[in-house]
Amino acid sequence: MNVFMLMLPGIAVLALVGLGAFRWALKSGQFEDPKGAAARILEESDHPG
Amino acid sequence: MTAIAPGCPSGLSLSATATPAQDPSAFVAQKDGVKSLDLIVKGARCGGCLSKIESNVGRLPGIRLARLNLSSGRLRVEWAGQLKPHAIVETVSDLGYGVTAFDPGKVDVEDARTERRLITALTIAGVGTAAVMFMSEPLWFGSDLPADMRNILRWLSAAVAIPVAIISGQPFFSSALASIRARRLNMDVPVSLAVILALALSLYETSVGGQHAFFDASVMLLFFLLIGRVLDARLRRRAYAAANELASLQTATATRLGLNGRAEAVRASDIRPGDILLVAAGERLAIDAEIISGESDVDLRLVTGEVEPMATITGQTLHAGAVNLSAPIQVRALAAANDSLMADVARLLEAGEQKKSGYRRLADKAAELYVPQVHATAALGFVGWLMFGATAAQAAYVAVTVLIITCPCALALAAPLVQVVAAGRLFREGVFLSSGDALERLAAIDHVVLDKTGTLTLGDPVLSNMSEDARRALTHAAMLARASHHPFSRALVKVAGAGPVAEVIREIPGQGVTGTIEGRRAKIGSASFLGAMAGGGSELWFAFEGEAPTPFHFDDAIRPEAAETIAKLKAMGIEVELLSGDGAERVARAAEAAGIQQWTARATPQSKAAHVKALEASGQKILMVGDGLNDAGALAGAHASIAPGGAVDVSRLASDCVFSGDSLRAIAITVITARAARARMRENFALAALYNIVVVPVALAGWVTPLIAAVAMSASSAVVTLNALRMAGPRRSSQGGMP
Repeated sequence: MNVFMLMLPGIAVLALVGLGAFRWALKSGQFEDPKGAAARILEESDHPG
Repeated sequence: MTAIAPGCPSGLSLSATATPAQDPSAFVAQKDGVKSLDLIVKGARCGGCLSKIESNVGRLPGIRLARLNLSSGRLRVEWAGQLKPHAIVETVSDLGYGVTAFDPGKVDVEDARTERRLITALTIAGVGTAAVMFMSEPLWFGSDLPADMRNILRWLSAAVAIPVAIISGQPFFSSALASIRARRLNMDVPVSLAVILALALSLYETSVGGQHAFFDASVMLLFFLLIGRVLDARLRRRAYAAANELASLQTATATRLGLNGRAEAVRASDIRPGDILLVAAGERLAIDAEIISGESDVDLRLVTGEVEPMATITGQTLHAGAVNLSAPIQVRALAAANDSLMADVARLLEAGEQKKSGYRRLADKAAELYVPQVHATAALGFVGWLMFGATAAQAAYVAVTVLIITCPCALALAAPLVQVVAAGRLFREGVFLSSGDALERLAAIDHVVLDKTGTLTLGDPVLSNMSEDARRALTHAAMLARASHHPFSRALVKVAGAGPVAEVIREIPGQGVTGTIEGRRAKIGSASFLGAMAGGGSELWFAFEGEAPTPFHFDDAIRPEAAETIAKLKAMGIEVELLSGDGAERVARAAEAAGIQQWTARATPQSKAAHVKALEASGQKILMVGDGLNDAGALAGAHASIAPGGAVDVSRLASDCVFSGDSLRAIAITVITARAARARMRENFALAALYNIVVVPVALAGWVTPLIAAVAMSASSAVVTLNALRMAGPRRSSQGGMP
């Protein structure tokens, strides 16, 4: 019972963290250019942008 | 995926860009001294392209940012200082990529924001559903759970479900309110009612320590419905972006002469009546205008459908869509007078739009049938249980379970899912839909009206039945033809290929070109220009001075696979006819080549629209296919319409879908896919109805528990989803390149 009471807020906090992370990813444009991101990882970034 | 995609300019071959890069300065935005420009880059497919473009543009002086989005093919450049925007475009186009300036526009941004808001709502509903489900599980299965534990779980569920429903239910609540205000019922009314009543009932049950609470069902409902919404929004945005991209490839810009005599590039939308514009040879006119100086020929294929270019005279009015061919001219922009062609077209368009907004979508029809029935059943359940001696709380419980379990998850997913799958399939074939319900209209058609020039035909003339003489003269004729924008000259050069140009070139508007080849004077042009006997039809004559002229004949080439497509449409029981503004002889020839028996020539924009209207009035459902300004009214007035990618803006806007590429096959594919989609949608509605027939008696009997509600809702949504996915079918051999 006590364990249960500890777990529930934990779940709630985890859910909110996940939600916040997703919102951040969405807002910061992580899903804007999936193909470009895949290509960029192989390039040396010696140019602006 | 290989490092270098096939046909990718970052490979060794330098692909020639067909059109010269235009001046993008009209599209430059400025903020706090930083200028920015958005460009569409064609042909960038791999990491090599990406770094090549970004580093080359980045090396230009003053560049702050050069970022290419590989998924959408858009390049954003920001810079400070005196860098000419044309230098950016040239840098990219010198690398071998096609590039066009483009205006991101308001609608695009607005749609992106709507979609992002829906995705956020969906995520919240998803996380909320999962959380409430976790807490509901012990309630469903743990019959030995102590009462205080049950209570805690219920209150916790309420604490999660209520805020989640308030946030993620926003799109439904606002739409339901709007619909009630307009005194109509849409699907969002029962959805909102079910969610709100379910939450209220569950709160009541929890507070009195009752049997069942439906917190899980109400958030799950929103979650499923939001999936449908997100798909719908994404489809619309993608269709819009594709159409926008096609449009920007022929961006309407113009060169305006200022009072001080300086020429500046402006957007077509910024041109005011009375402005003096300079129209270069090869440029398309963006607005109606009057010629004030210069002599040239104009190509009116997009305006009237006539293939032969026309010589201009000063003071003549030219309509938007006309292409200037031989020499630069100056024109004065005209106010859209009431009797101008553009105004007529606009009026016809408006009439057509009104008609289309009157079209009722399958989903709306289903909602209008469904909503009153569900509400009547729920009310009946409430009254019935009261009459048989139940308490108000028990009766309300039954009524609310009826609303929850019949709630149209499956119904709301039935149409958008199929539309998304069908649109995706068409997208791979190069057909871009303007809206989801276009599919429903396309499925209903039984009569196709085709325009000739640019629709049934490619619009560009091709050299035909070359004689022995012509073959010998071709090399020399091409040396003159390379200097001209005339469509016949271009067709000639297409056959001859790249090569040298004659010297001392002079182009005489409306007549032809003279020049010197290997020290001898030579001429190419009309029969009268060379003093030959006109043979009738489309021809061009070539001669060295003092020699007998040689004729070249031209045909307006039929699109590939036209005859097959028309045969296929006929086999499907669809009538096909040709309706053109061009001369009778050419129309008859094209009709015969394509296998069309019924044709009309010399049709005006008004008569085209009237013809479509008359056919519609006789009960037929018309699919209009056309590209020109003269087709716009007919496109808007027809039940459904398709335009090729090269069509004028008005026609593309008036159409339900646009196809890219040359092949006419796209028409048959679109109709077949639309019919398959309609069949799937009907099946889905039938499945949803069947589901309701099964569950409503269960709910009326008062047997629905939260567990049954959760299972029934997921199951019906899953069945509809799987049925929609059958549309995807076996994937066609991938043509690659399409995102």
